[in-house]
Amino acid sequence: MENTEQRKELKVSAIENGTVIDHIPAKNVFQVIKILNLHKSDEQILFGTNLDSKKFGKKGIIKVSKTFFESDEINKIAMVAPNATLIVIRDFKVTQKKRVEIPDEIKKIVKCFNPNCITNNEDIPTRFDVIKNEDALKLRCHYCEKTTSKENMIFV
Amino acid sequence: MKNRSLISITDFTKEEQMQILSLAADFEKNPIQKILSDNVVATLFFEPSTRTRLSFESAASRLGAQVIGFSTAASSSVSKGESLKDTILTVSNYSDIIVMRHPKEGSARYASEVSPVPIINAGDGANQHPTQTLLDMYSILKTQGTLDNLNIAFIGDLKYGRTVHSLSIALSQFNTTFHLVSPEALKLPSYVKRPIKEKNLTYHQYTDLHEVIPKADIIYMTRIQRERFSDPMEYEKVKNAYNLDNSMLVEAKENMRILHPLPRVNEISTDVDSNPKAYYFQQALNGVFVRQALLATILGAK
Repeated sequence: MENTEQRKELKVSAIENGTVIDHIPAKNVFQVIKILNLHKSDEQILFGTNLDSKKFGKKGIIKVSKTFFESDEINKIAMVAPNATLIVIRDFKVTQKKRVEIPDEIKKIVKCFNPNCITNNEDIPTRFDVIKNEDALKLRCHYCEKTTSKENMIFV
Repeated sequence: MKNRSLISITDFTKEEQMQILSLAADFEKNPIQKILSDNVVATLFFEPSTRTRLSFESAASRLGAQVIGFSTAASSSVSKGESLKDTILTVSNYSDIIVMRHPKEGSARYASEVSPVPIINAGDGANQHPTQTLLDMYSILKTQGTLDNLNIAFIGDLKYGRTVHSLSIALSQFNTTFHLVSPEALKLPSYVKRPIKEKNLTYHQYTDLHEVIPKADIIYMTRIQRERFSDPMEYEKVKNAYNLDNSMLVEAKENMRILHPLPRVNEISTDVDSNPKAYYFQQALNGVFVRQALLATILGAK
């Protein structure tokens, strides 16, 4: 038991200091990289996709060295990775583990589905209120007040 | 409400809405008050709407304000490709308040975020038209003596009618009973029914207009447009089923009044116009008093 736990810990803490984002749906790993601007980072990044996961089918994982995220920054990925786990590593040890939380507001990363919305006609960053009280996640545009549902979400 | 923009009816609380209606009643008694003689009101109509624009310009003029603006995008720098933000920032230098109609949804909300002067939304695409809602409320209040506990019938295109959506949401603050009459294809959307259901208010749905006439305190008519039907045969079936004519009004209550946001085509027959229950033209006049109340309040003159 202890050995397996240790091996699991070592696999996750392959980085000295930084953040691991685990349990990303496999097909959304690149989307997460884009949302967090990791493609522009100068730090060492490891990522894997289509890995087997007992809980969630195929998963992806990203390990970023020397980078730590504030809650509101990491919660941006909740739209594409609602079950993601955030693991903070310091000196090869896991110091914090938490689940990504769906924020109340989403800015800039999703396009409004309404072609007649002002955000699709002028250079305006999008803003959405997240509607959580129903089964399916919906985004209500702050400007045109129309709702974009999950299946219609296009990421900018 | 001083210096605050009005983009959606929900930007003002119920109390603030009632304050505007109360002030509108004062202006109805006394419409010429030169309390805005030091102010400039800009009317920026990026798409034409003669009635709304003239109503605002009349309201502003009767309060002594100077009016500047444009009535179509073609006659402005927008035709040269200027952004909405630049247009608003420029015009805000020349005016104390901007009244704006624009074809894109969300345009007024965005304008209110970039503008140093308050914005009144006179219609943003298919989204909001809050001054219409206020003048509808004023008309109901005036003819019924109250906004509480009324039976309000909405007829026609309830799916696409933005004035119906906005007024329904506003009336859900007043213990209203809703009577919704429309073809099956044009029923009131669920996002509008949500506040009605949340407040446990009663609503009835009908396809036959005759059923609601004896029950209603207010009949709010809307036009059914051919373009809303993907099957032209469906339109042909319903096009006359939601028209009102004078003979249908024998069963109506004494206090009942007929409202319509206008323009009306054939959904209200001209033989209704001389019936004392026809209120749609006075409704349009009430628009001037309500807009006077808004301009005066937002500019801090009242």
